[in-house]
Amino acid sequence: MSIENFKYSTIPAEAEALRAEVRAFLKQELSDFPNIKRADSWIGFDAEFSRKLGQRGWVGMSLPKQYGGSEASAFSRYVVIEELLAAGAPVSAHWFSDRQSGPQILKFGTDAQKDFHLPAICRGEQYFCIGMSEPNSGSDLASIKSRAIRHGNKWIVNGQKVWTTNAHLSHYMIALVRTSEGEKRQQGLSQVIIDLSLPGITIRPIKDLVGGAHFNEVFFDNVEIDADAIIGTEGQGWSQVTAELAMERSGPERFLSSMILLNSLIDVIGNNPDALQAKEIGRLTAKLITLRNMSLSVTQELSEGKSPVWAASCVKAFGATFEQEIPELAQALCDLSPCSVGGSEHAQILAYLMQMAPSFSLRGGTREILRGIIARGLGAN
Amino acid sequence: MREIFDSTIERFFQDTVDTEQVLLAEKDGWNGTLWTSLDELGFTYAMVAESAGGAGASWSDLCGVARLAGSYALPLPLCESIFVNYLLCKCDIAPLTGVLSFAAKSELRLDGDKLNGVLHDVPWGRYTQHIIAVVPKDDCNHLVVLSREQIKIRKEACNVAGEARDSFVVENISPVFCAVLPAPISSNVLMQGGAMLRSAQMAGAMHKAMTISHEYASERVQFGRPIGSFQAIQHQLAQMAEHVSASVIAAEAGFSASSGTVDALGVSTAKICTSEAAGVGASIAHAVHGAIGFTHEHPLHLLTRRLWSWRSEFGSETYWAKHLGDAVCKHGADNFWPAVTAGHFDTV
Ligand SMILES: Cc1cc2nc3c(=O)[nH]c(=O)nc-3n(C[C@H](O)[C@H](O)[C@H](O)COP(=O)(O)OP(=O)(O)OC[C@H]3O[C@@H](n4cnc5c(N)ncnc54)[C@H](O)[C@@H]3O)c2cc1C
Repeated sequence: MSIENFKYSTIPAEAEALRAEVRAFLKQELSDFPNIKRADSWIGFDAEFSRKLGQRGWVGMSLPKQYGGSEASAFSRYVVIEELLAAGAPVSAHWFSDRQSGPQILKFGTDAQKDFHLPAICRGEQYFCIGMSEPNSGSDLASIKSRAIRHGNKWIVNGQKVWTTNAHLSHYMIALVRTSEGEKRQQGLSQVIIDLSLPGITIRPIKDLVGGAHFNEVFFDNVEIDADAIIGTEGQGWSQVTAELAMERSGPERFLSSMILLNSLIDVIGNNPDALQAKEIGRLTAKLITLRNMSLSVTQELSEGKSPVWAASCVKAFGATFEQEIPELAQALCDLSPCSVGGSEHAQILAYLMQMAPSFSLRGGTREILRGIIARGLGAN
Repeated sequence: MREIFDSTIERFFQDTVDTEQVLLAEKDGWNGTLWTSLDELGFTYAMVAESAGGAGASWSDLCGVARLAGSYALPLPLCESIFVNYLLCKCDIAPLTGVLSFAAKSELRLDGDKLNGVLHDVPWGRYTQHIIAVVPKDDCNHLVVLSREQIKIRKEACNVAGEARDSFVVENISPVFCAVLPAPISSNVLMQGGAMLRSAQMAGAMHKAMTISHEYASERVQFGRPIGSFQAIQHQLAQMAEHVSASVIAAEAGFSASSGTVDALGVSTAKICTSEAAGVGASIAHAVHGAIGFTHEHPLHLLTRRLWSWRSEFGSETYWAKHLGDAVCKHGADNFWPAVTAGHFDTV
């Protein structure tokens, strides 16, 4: 049964031992990093900070030592990233490389790809973005139109990606493109690594409703990439992407996006909450603890080499609801208006997260798509 | 030990605790035959030390038993009896046989060695042989054991599932045993323990309700196809699955954290999450089942009426959430995340 995927797991002592070190580092590095910046959570970009983490060995830490990683356990990495997120550290630069591109290259890449990319990822110097969505292909990912056609020992890429977070700041994109027609739409897709400095690529940031520019549209106009830019097996892109999603959907970033607001709310409420405030803070705390335990249980499965797509979908769907509830409750529990300019720091953090919240159940797969996966998985034994 | 416990109790429940037996218990108030055969398995001694004839189990060994008791709607105080013997052993009192329960809510006074007062909402009270309660006296808390024969019924009551929840009057009696509750056991241990047990029972009952709802959705055909192929039904089941997953993990975490003493944070977290989930889960299970699930004949209500009862017992979601929220606010924002990762609020 699907629910049985959730086995209660705790962080082993040797991974837990890292926590104090990470906290001390963050305390020092972020001593004058304001809360409103911390509220950006994992979309806050700071290449310098990523390089410092790289020097500490905290980027790509689960990768093999020969590539600059430390072969750390999934739980050691978990401790590091949850501390980064809880502190609101600006981790976006290396986030996608660390979370999925690095592991994806390690799992499916050639030796040359590994030698070239992984050490730079581990140094916190090489940034990846994820090129899946297209204008006419959001939830229905298998319908993508971007295409790579073989020409001698080159591939020629044409098409467009959209909503690509950090494309304007990244060195590489792992793009899902069509390389052949299959009987089923899921066939004939491949994952390719595209150097974003190549001629024929246009990247245009898209302003979001809060006013920030984190995601982009990316155009490919006869972009020539080497034949060995394919990761894994030509035509197997769909199953590779599916495996990647288990890494993408179960981590602590799927329920900690509003953490800075929750902290700020507790601060504003103070030591003597009224009954309603106490009740809701207690409820949120219980949810947070439980989501973390759910996420740790998926981490255990991942570390055993399994691909717990079903459980990861549960974590993301339940986590997004939690992250979205926090701004709603924050505005309901205190008689304090959200405020974008001027106003208290709390009012600004509230204003920011209230506006960000809708994206939490869209990015990485919408709530509806996740619920479809969960429902279908209930039948599977 | 966990696997043996789980498989033994599941086999027993499968063979013995069917709809008919549960309904019989609801009709008569008590299914004595069922208790007798369950008692033979010896689970009430599960946490008693091996030297005293028990199995020396820990709470994490027993979470599966409590979940299964919930999923089979077991109409007997198995969990309560295990818990009573656990506490007796903690207080160096010899374990008891027979039907045991506890009064998490009471107003009791120890005058010398005489006990006076009332016990509220004792699960299965009238059918027990012994009931325990906690009484404050001289700056410390005492665990008292009362024999059922010593006390008088004040009010016979039942929860929504027809399970007895009785109140008693205690008049000038000497408890069968009385011992100081040793540190670090909290004066609130009976509420905490009850909340812990109910959270696992609810996780089990919800899991079962989800399984039968999913099965029903695969079989029931409307508009020429199984209703489970309609997205509206799928999404309701998925939402239920999210809550069931959270409930299972929260209950397991609460039991696991309760190795030495019942863990305050783990248990309140579990009771908050499962109590909230119970309402959502019961409502979705009924929505999916349509009218047939609203009949007395269909077994769904054996689970949902228990969910509606258990979520309020030993502290509702609101009760525990308020306590937890007060603790969070008292410790302040700076201690919040450290407490979440440490698993406790008091020592940060
Ligand atoms: C902040 C942000 C960052 C992002 N970053 C990236 C990125 O880095 N890389 C990347 O590739 N993509 C990225 N995305 C895109 C994201 O993956 C898509 O937004 C998402 O997959 C949904 O696609 P869509 O926006 O086209 O919506 P649509 O697919 O058009 O969906 C619109 C609505 O219809 C619903 N819907 C669609 N199909 C179904 C169905 N079969 N059943 C029921 N309901 C359905 C959806 O759930 C949603 O409610 C990002 C999005 C956001 C908001």
